[in-house]
Amino acid sequence: MARTVGFFTDTTLCIGCKACEVACKEWNQLPGHAPQFGDGYDNTSQLDEQNWRHVQFHERTTAKGGVAWNMMSDVCKHCALASCMEVCPTNAIIRTEFDTVYIQPSVCNGCRDCIAACPYHVIGFDEASGLARKCTFCYDRLQANLTPACAKACPTESIKFGELSTMKEIAGARVNQLRGQGMSEARLYGDKEYGGLHALFLLTDKPEVYGLPPTESAVLPSRNNARGYLGTLVTAALGVVGAVFAFRERAGKE
Amino acid sequence: MIEHFVSPPQWEWYIVWYFFLGGIAGGVYALGAILRLMGDERDAPVARLAFLLSLPVLAICPILLTLDLGRPLRFWHMMIDSRTFGLNFKYWSPMSVGVWVLLVFSVFALVSFLEALAGLRAGRTPFLTGGLGRAFVIVGAVFGLFLAGYTGVLLSVSNQPIWSDTWALGALFLASGLSVAAATLSLVTRLGRHEQSSEAKLTRADRYFIILELALLVVFFLTLGAAGSRFLAHRWMALWVVVLIGTLVPLALHFSTERRVPAMLAAVLTLAGGLALRIVVVFGAQM
Repeated sequence: MARTVGFFTDTTLCIGCKACEVACKEWNQLPGHAPQFGDGYDNTSQLDEQNWRHVQFHERTTAKGGVAWNMMSDVCKHCALASCMEVCPTNAIIRTEFDTVYIQPSVCNGCRDCIAACPYHVIGFDEASGLARKCTFCYDRLQANLTPACAKACPTESIKFGELSTMKEIAGARVNQLRGQGMSEARLYGDKEYGGLHALFLLTDKPEVYGLPPTESAVLPSRNNARGYLGTLVTAALGVVGAVFAFRERAGKE
Repeated sequence: MIEHFVSPPQWEWYIVWYFFLGGIAGGVYALGAILRLMGDERDAPVARLAFLLSLPVLAICPILLTLDLGRPLRFWHMMIDSRTFGLNFKYWSPMSVGVWVLLVFSVFALVSFLEALAGLRAGRTPFLTGGLGRAFVIVGAVFGLFLAGYTGVLLSVSNQPIWSDTWALGALFLASGLSVAAATLSLVTRLGRHEQSSEAKLTRADRYFIILELALLVVFFLTLGAAGSRFLAHRWMALWVVVLIGTLVPLALHFSTERRVPAMLAAVLTLAGGLALRIVVVFGAQM
């Protein structure tokens, strides 16, 4: 059954339990990397070919001088205008009947152009299979009318799943509610960026803090086509004129 | 300034060498074509040499690109949609465009190679003569120039910091490609016995190419602005020094002497500088 699905991740409800990460790895049979231990509770460190959900821990100083965390379960945004899909030369990256962005493992040839294009550091190259891999939005579960594993496992409903339009309504209401309670820094991310994301986030700080490009930076790779080729064309013209001049010069003199 | 959080695509040595050799193959063909069309009859052997060089260098390129893939046996997915078996072509994706340009240019490089080979025996142009021959090498040269430059555009059409922060990479790679191609041709020409006037013409052309490249290096850093500070790390600084030595020293030599040994030294330095440029641009943005 075709529908337009979405995630809404409410970071104010995230307790950093990483159940989403575990459920994702279990369902998608991702062995994961060896954990990296730094000075925080984040031993996943980033989204990549093994980590399709990543719980970020951002320390901040509270008004009273204490330390608090901003936590956010990050995931592929399944952009309406997807940079990865735009550059993919093999058409391995497709938009599914659920309006999500999916890398077809049988088509991808591991050129990795999508990795350089994704502005959210989502896609990773899997050495074992030779493929680019990322969150599938649990494509197989969607086809069976099931909730994606991460949303299913989230114990605080920080990760919500449903129709994209419903998610937008819930997200908008939640932002208004928090602002009404005096949390003026509450904001919605994902309703404007890249034609609208299929993973919305309620943030309590600037997007950059969470590794999300600010709205004005949400631009596609193809923006550089025209000016890149134009510069090359002008250079080609100058180069040819230089060569013609050089190759005729001596012949004319002698 | 645009702020993105991009994972490096792990494009490494295969890609660096492809960018370098693609620049030589395309640039050498274009120089051969211009030399044939604009030079006199004494330049014919060097023009022929250019066509003899272009194809073997070009032949390495698809091998490098295929080896770089995670699934090399699926290289054909670049051209043919593996599900519908229709043709894959996305004009807005330089990687897609580049694959087709590589393929089409190969045809021109092959025909010109065979023609040059036959000419080597017969001592004159056996086919591709007259207006048709001229048109053929002109079109081939356009594809060659495209091959030498689009690799920079490919890097820019991404969201990778540095690559996507500038519009000058395609232009810079093309100017450098032409210079490296002139150096390659000059080096091979001087290893054999050729007309001094042809050698001098290549040197003269390389002066323009180096000046163009230096101007574009300035444009590159100006367009990068603050993003260029990534290159201040020692290892990248060392490579930029090689780039500068590979442009400024050959330029000085080109203006001061036409003797054989300094000219060959200039060519070797140009090649080193061209390779260093691609290494620093490809690796520098990803680390």
